[in-house]
Amino acid sequence: MYSSRKRGLLLAAVLFATAAVDFAGAAEPGYFGYGSVATPAQIAGWDIDVRGEDGAGLPPGRGTVDRGAEVYAEQCAACHGTFGEGEGRLPKLVGGVGSLRDERPEPTVGSYWPFAPTLWDYINRAMPMAAPHTLSADDVYALTAYILSLNDLVPNEFVADRNSLPKVKMRNRDSFMWTDPRPDTMAKPCMNACVDAAGVRISSTAEGKNLTPRTSGPLDTMQPK
Amino acid sequence: MRYDPLRSKAVLSKPVGPPAPLGRRGFLGLGAALTGSFALGARPAIADPAQHSPPADAPWSQSIGAGVVDRPYGRPADTEASVIRRNVPWLTAGAESSVSFSPLQDLHGIITPNGLFFERHHAGRPDIDPAQHRLMIHGLVERPLLLTMKDILRFPQVTRIHFIECPANGGMEWRAAQMNSLQFRHGMISCAEWTGVRLSTLLEETGVRKEAKWAMVEGADGAHMNRSLPLDKCLDDCLVVYAQNGEALRPEQGYPLRLVVPGWEGNVNIKWLRRIKLGDKPWHSREETSKYTDLMPDGTSRGFTWLIDAKSVITFPCPEKPLDVPGLYEIRGLAWTGNGKVKRVDVSMDGGVNWQSARLHDPVLSKALTRFTLPWRWDGRPALLESRVIDETGYVQPTIAQLRKQRGTNSVYHNNSIQTWQIKPDGSVFNVQLA
Repeated sequence: MYSSRKRGLLLAAVLFATAAVDFAGAAEPGYFGYGSVATPAQIAGWDIDVRGEDGAGLPPGRGTVDRGAEVYAEQCAACHGTFGEGEGRLPKLVGGVGSLRDERPEPTVGSYWPFAPTLWDYINRAMPMAAPHTLSADDVYALTAYILSLNDLVPNEFVADRNSLPKVKMRNRDSFMWTDPRPDTMAKPCMNACVDAAGVRISSTAEGKNLTPRTSGPLDTMQPK
Repeated sequence: MRYDPLRSKAVLSKPVGPPAPLGRRGFLGLGAALTGSFALGARPAIADPAQHSPPADAPWSQSIGAGVVDRPYGRPADTEASVIRRNVPWLTAGAESSVSFSPLQDLHGIITPNGLFFERHHAGRPDIDPAQHRLMIHGLVERPLLLTMKDILRFPQVTRIHFIECPANGGMEWRAAQMNSLQFRHGMISCAEWTGVRLSTLLEETGVRKEAKWAMVEGADGAHMNRSLPLDKCLDDCLVVYAQNGEALRPEQGYPLRLVVPGWEGNVNIKWLRRIKLGDKPWHSREETSKYTDLMPDGTSRGFTWLIDAKSVITFPCPEKPLDVPGLYEIRGLAWTGNGKVKRVDVSMDGGVNWQSARLHDPVLSKALTRFTLPWRWDGRPALLESRVIDETGYVQPTIAQLRKQRGTNSVYHNNSIQTWQIKPDGSVFNVQLA
């Protein structure tokens, strides 16, 4: 990965960085020297990410459930429904608790999301869909509080801020495995008489289901049958 | 292939114009030829659809064609108008956060033409001014950098061929066969030649602090789409690319800059890339918790399942390209694996009872589409065609039954099961699953 010379440079840079107060002097210039050092002001403008597990990156600000209800009615209800039930095929924000083992599970903030700060992060970066990243930090906190309360995850008097959000215990928090267990199938490359020919049976067919848009001519506009 | 009016009720979105200049006779003749082969509604009354074939000469052979730069960029022949990306209108609430499928049934070779590369947007396609686009690299680096496109183009250039597949490709098929089409069943895979700079080169330029273990990569689209990647993968083979198949990236593919994460699920290949932040832990963004996690039958979920497992599919015959009369055919298909190279592809005509190895075609590249073919004399009887890939790690593509046994039917993503095409005596082809 790195040559020992580079390692040495990196180490020197780390030592230097601890003494430096000025960002511009924080390290040796790169080998190519292209581009410019990103200034703190530039970084601050784009540094929007919030970590789900511990809420690192959550900004100052706060929001109540009541204020969240107001913002929600204005900014969110048209797509997500008055109580988070979702309009049409747009995402539900509530419900589905206890459904994850069902034939038709309903993964929502209440039933599926493992970390509350992720909700703040997602609203802040991606919502409302037609005008993303336009809400104030306070309004994003308020919306987060409201959606958590719709899911009975916090009481009505909950105030969301950078300290309270990471402490919200989400229902599905401990149900994720974050290391990939695949390969989880152990098929063998058999070549002859691999299965009993008499047992080969079609269990389902797409024929006649009328789910498939046409693949010639103009784009299809078919809707669910 | 056989002309089948039932399968080709094609109506061109625009009337087909002949190349100018043509005489009146040529105009009518070419118009008739085009409508004859492309069926504009009712079949036109032409005595002989091959009236411009031997022994007759054709109007295009008896006239002068359009000059150079008549089409300064170029475009496919008008008669190829049906070969386009297509979507499933009922699948998503709107087209902005949605997906389109590549027309694999009409593609040849391992490279997907730029206009046909499948799309997945989370907040629509932004149209970005490259002069104002910036890539910021910060966090646990020695020297936070802000790069313009001009800066990025100066770095040492690399070119690699890699596929990108959405992990939801085939996601509708966990319970049962649903989509009777190669395009809609498998079309969230495409492959291109990407040109740009190694991510490791950029990270050497910024320096990496020793606490750094993860990178957060983020797009400039309205979703500010972001994912966490282990630093090891970033330093291994990730590319920051500005070109696709020899030209600038298409806006749909991330113009002016995207990440390519070879062999890993499509959504981590962040398009419209604007920011890379190094950290000591993953971020658990919405797109790696609420979405792109795999729900198991016991109610637990798998997260960070980035790898695209080995997969293959027969692209001819397929529902869109049925067989004609009995006789000799070349079965054709594509295979790929996020683990590296395809080692072998086997084909079965009897639903997996017996198999024979297909021929792999050069180039066989790591984390790229690989072509396979096998000659087959079809006797006109029903058949169940399947292909099965084995990759260089020895991993064998599973059946849908084997996958369901491990993962149930609700995991949505990473369905890399063996495809079964049912061939009927009339040559028609259907997507089926076997018990």
